[in-house]
Amino acid sequence: MRISRRILAGLATASLAVTATSCGGGGTSGSFDDTVTVGILHSLSGTMAISESTLVDTEKMAIEEINAAGGVNVGGKSYKIEYIVEDGASDWPTFAEKSKKLIDQDGVPVVFGGWTSASRKAMLPVYESKDAFLYYPIQYEAQECSNNIFYTGATPNQQSEPATDFMYKRSPAAGGDFFLVGSDYVFPRTSNTITKAQVKQLGGKVVGEDYLPLGNTEVAPIISKIKKALPDGGIIINTLNGDQNVAFFKQIQDAGITPSSGYYVMNYSIAEEEISTIGPEFLEGHYGAWNYMMSIDTPASKKFAKSFKKRWGADRVVADPQESAYNMVYLWKQAVEDAGTFDDNAVREALVGQKFDAPQGPVEVMPNHHLSQTVRIGEINAEGGFTILEETGVVLPQAWNQKHPSSKGFACDWTDPSKGEKYKL
Amino acid sequence: MELLLDSLFNGVAIGSVLLVAALGLAIVFGLMGVINLAHGELMMLGAYTTYVTQLIFKLPILKPFYNSYIIVSIFLAFIVSGVVGILLEKTIIRKLYGSPLETLLATWGVSLILQQFVRSVPLAYGTGLVISLLIGLFLPTSFPSKIKESINFKYFKFSSWIFAALTGVLTGSVISSSVSKLSRASARNVDVTAPSWMRGQVEIIGTAFPKTRLMIIVITLISVIAITLFLNQSAWGMRIRAVTQNRQMSDCLGISTEKVDIITFGIGSGLAGVAGVAVSLLGSVGPNVGGNYIVGCFMVVVLGGVGNLLGTVLASFGIGIMTDLIGAGRLLSIWPDMPLPLSNTINFFATTSMARVMIFALIVIFLQFKPTGLFPQKGRMVEN
Repeated sequence: MRISRRILAGLATASLAVTATSCGGGGTSGSFDDTVTVGILHSLSGTMAISESTLVDTEKMAIEEINAAGGVNVGGKSYKIEYIVEDGASDWPTFAEKSKKLIDQDGVPVVFGGWTSASRKAMLPVYESKDAFLYYPIQYEAQECSNNIFYTGATPNQQSEPATDFMYKRSPAAGGDFFLVGSDYVFPRTSNTITKAQVKQLGGKVVGEDYLPLGNTEVAPIISKIKKALPDGGIIINTLNGDQNVAFFKQIQDAGITPSSGYYVMNYSIAEEEISTIGPEFLEGHYGAWNYMMSIDTPASKKFAKSFKKRWGADRVVADPQESAYNMVYLWKQAVEDAGTFDDNAVREALVGQKFDAPQGPVEVMPNHHLSQTVRIGEINAEGGFTILEETGVVLPQAWNQKHPSSKGFACDWTDPSKGEKYKL
Repeated sequence: MELLLDSLFNGVAIGSVLLVAALGLAIVFGLMGVINLAHGELMMLGAYTTYVTQLIFKLPILKPFYNSYIIVSIFLAFIVSGVVGILLEKTIIRKLYGSPLETLLATWGVSLILQQFVRSVPLAYGTGLVISLLIGLFLPTSFPSKIKESINFKYFKFSSWIFAALTGVLTGSVISSSVSKLSRASARNVDVTAPSWMRGQVEIIGTAFPKTRLMIIVITLISVIAITLFLNQSAWGMRIRAVTQNRQMSDCLGISTEKVDIITFGIGSGLAGVAGVAVSLLGSVGPNVGGNYIVGCFMVVVLGGVGNLLGTVLASFGIGIMTDLIGAGRLLSIWPDMPLPLSNTINFFATTSMARVMIFALIVIFLQFKPTGLFPQKGRMVEN
């Protein structure tokens, strides 16, 4: 039995008591037959805390919404969802250690967690060896497909590929040369390898690329390279991380690398949250590509933004990673209800094919444990949001990228035992 | 020509950031021999001072002077970091002179405390605390000597601390009620926006230079000139140099080494604050901002030769120019038709990451031949 009943001692109980009282809102509280405890594992301290704490907030909100609507119904019994929040402390081994604790000690049926690829790579062996299940909500470089992870963020073909296409064909800098800038770690390097292959296919030219070591904010050499490589403007693809964006955008603006002089930056890591930190005055006129943008004008999107603001404060914003986090809690609930049990293997089987009317539009779980999603290209406006310019139809996820030389021609399918993690198409 | 000018400017720009950051450390580490790992956090305090000043200048009363806030914040940052530095010297470092390892650990601890402090204390109250420290430390020294020598001076001292605490709380609450952004604690990075006259670029001899970079170069130049004049022309500067060269002898001759230590450390810390203003113009301001610069600072001081300002200046510009030459692949544009294997090697190192690797490697090689840096200290002091 993986369901933990009220056996949690010490800290866990204390934190649950707090959350249980803070839940409120639910008219049906008190009428549950039982409880189920899930794990939430993000960084609440250290450098990643700023980003990851927004996911904790969103996941708590989704759980509260589900509880208010009657909880999870499994085998005719209604379960109230409770949660244990663990702090990954922006330290990758800690993520693995806390995962072990959640699985072994607390016996949770599912863990919602992670942000950086490094934290996911650290957790992966734990979930595979214990045959447990991790739900991971961030857009990432793909090239991975685990039976024990469910990825609700975009793969490169659901973000960077449509964005590159847009920049080369339909942006004001269409047909221009590309310069790639990123932080020096796995996501930017993989993403840029894919972009380079794609630009070549499109007939364009990548005239330079550079990576800034994490924590370094000296971008002067990069600026002189951009000016040398793109003297008359062009397309810059930016995969810098966190604060480095602030340094980059402040300094390129001072150096005259702006939309008005023909330089357009496409960003893969800047969402509404980051725009407000960097300052829209530095970003106006540049672009972003995401599955969800706060400015999507549908009732589902507005409701999501409204309930988040109501729950956590009017000055808060919602962005793509939060939407993914929100979706995964609901998808887990649906899969559990369909499976009629909390047992991992049954839930995993029931998960594939689940559909959910997400804030971004309808999403569906594919056999490769990724989501089919809609891709949007937006221009950053003076109010700190995106003006949506383009919207694709539903794009299917590629766990193994078809433009990356190492994974071309491969795919992943966990519903067919003869295919599995990586098979030749 | 244009290329050379551009390259030289970039090198000087990168170098001046390093120099302004390392200058305070060169004094503290070079003259006092204190390995101050909290130097980066003193820079961070300077950067946060800029942020607070910027927000205060947005208040209706000060709005007309908004454009000059950056100038004001240079002085404020010097005072804030200087005061915190003096407190640090009085409470911790004074007891650890002569034991570098303990100083290193203690100041590292202080750096962690300062980082957490800005995360968990609202900036308004942080400002209040600094103000009360300022008053508490300096009010007693400003009393006439008649009072100072009386037996009841400790009561005067005590009451001035109470006055300081009250003023601190008062300013803290005034700031927190008038600037809502400062009234809540937040670990989120904040942003300093340069006033409009400092944004964009100026054209000199056909090449465009970003104004913020020029501003940083100016700040650096003024700091270097001011500190050189202070050390070489003023009476206190002479005492500092005397204590540096021979502490016991200076003590015997009636120089108050205790006071000299406080002043030296205070100035070194204050310069870290000025550096904080400079780096706040380049990137975002957060609890970790200082940590990004501390390695570079020590690198500059060690390369330049401990205890030598000229060495520090040359080392930082040297590193700056090398970073630009290697990182931006300048050699290729200077000498376009160099042989293939060479140009491939240069291309390989022409990224920011690899340039850093190369710079570190060059410094290590250099220190193999000159372990005491560019300008080693000479004289009897070195021997004992």
